This record gives sequence, C-alpha cells and structure tokens, in this order.
Amino acid sequence: MRLAQHMAVASDRVTATAIEATEFPDMSRAYRVSAVPKIVINDRVQFEGALPEAQFLEAGLRAASASTAD
Amino acid sequence: MMLSDRDRDAVRKELEKLSGPVKLIVFSQELAAADLCRQNEQLVNEVAELSDKITVEVLNLAIDRERAEGYGIDQVPAIVVEGARNYGIRFLGIPSGYEFSNLLDSMMVASSGEPALSEATKASLSSLETDVEIKVFSTPT
Repeated sequence: MRLAQHMAVASDRVTATAIEATEFPDMSRAYRVSAVPKIVINDRVQFEGALPEAQFLEAGLRAASASTAD
Repeated sequence: MMLSDRDRDAVRKELEKLSGPVKLIVFSQELAAADLCRQNEQLVNEVAELSDKITVEVLNLAIDRERAEGYGIDQVPAIVVEGARNYGIRFLGIPSGYEFSNLLDSMMVASSGEPALSEATKASLSSLETDVEIKVFSTPT
C-alpha cells in the first residue's frame, strides 16, 4: 500500500484503496485473494507480494494501457 | 481504547512529522457493520487526539450518499485520507497491524503532498492519460 498511496499523491489519475481482506470476504472472493498483499490494478493487472517501485509502476502503466485499449 | 499507552506515545512522536493539515473522513453505517464501524471511528479519533494537525469528519454511507460517491466509497467501515486536497487514498476495513503503519504513512504523504518516489516514476505518472485504480488487499497480521 505504501507505493500505491505515494503514487496516488503523485497523480490525480491514481487512486489507492487498502482493503482489509477478512472484513470484506465477498470482495476478497471476487478478486480471488489467497495470499496477501494482493494488488489489483484497474481490475485487470494483478500480482501477489511486494514489488520494487519500477516494477510496480510498470504494472500500473500496463493496466492503464490495457484500459485505454477498450 | 484501540491504542495502548505505548502505541500512543510512538504514534504521537510519528505525527510530529506531519507537515500540514490532514483530514480523515470516516464512513460508517450502523446497520451494515455496527461493531467494526464503531471500532474504526474509535481508532481514528484516538489517532486524531495525538496531533492538532488532524481533523476528523464522520459520515454515514446511507445518508451522505453524494459525498460517499465523490470519494468512491460504497462499503464500510472506510477512511479517506485527505491533505490539501483529495488524493484518492482510501482504507476499507479497520487499519490495524501493518495497515496501521500504512495509514500513518498515508497521512504523512497527504500532508506534505510530496510522494517519496523516484523522479522517473513521478514523470511517468504525470503523463498518465487514463485512470489507474490500485486495490491492495491485506490482512491484519
């Protein structure tokens, strides 16, 4: 969440939502959360575990360009 | 009490680093999750007592619908962390354990408006032309 929230401050395009998985079982099921942290970007790019800044950014950009292609 | 005396001392010290005002907007709804919402409000109020830079507003998801929609909140308990403006930082569920340190960190960065990211990352983010919505699922431990 740390990187996500800093990215949210860096850009008005970015939002960061931390979700406590056990309090929201329906949402966790819907996003197939089995290990944490699980990161889901634009509901299309997802990964488990912490990533270094450059790779996290890359995942965000990939999600953004996939969303543009719609 | 959600925070122990020792926690409060550590958090108070941490919050001395806040460089500007922070607003924590709490969304609750008694009918949806009464206990969790009460604990969430309690935690936020206990944190806010530790620094005069923090203000708290408690809203009801069912009544303050327009505000909730504006902040992208449709579940409770939730917290929006706002600095000079709304940066789109939200917490769903009570931020305890590791999420509590993220809550504190989000208050720091929202208060300063200065993200701790490399220049390259900031440049990439500033040229985004689509919205990027990041969800981070975690558990309390």
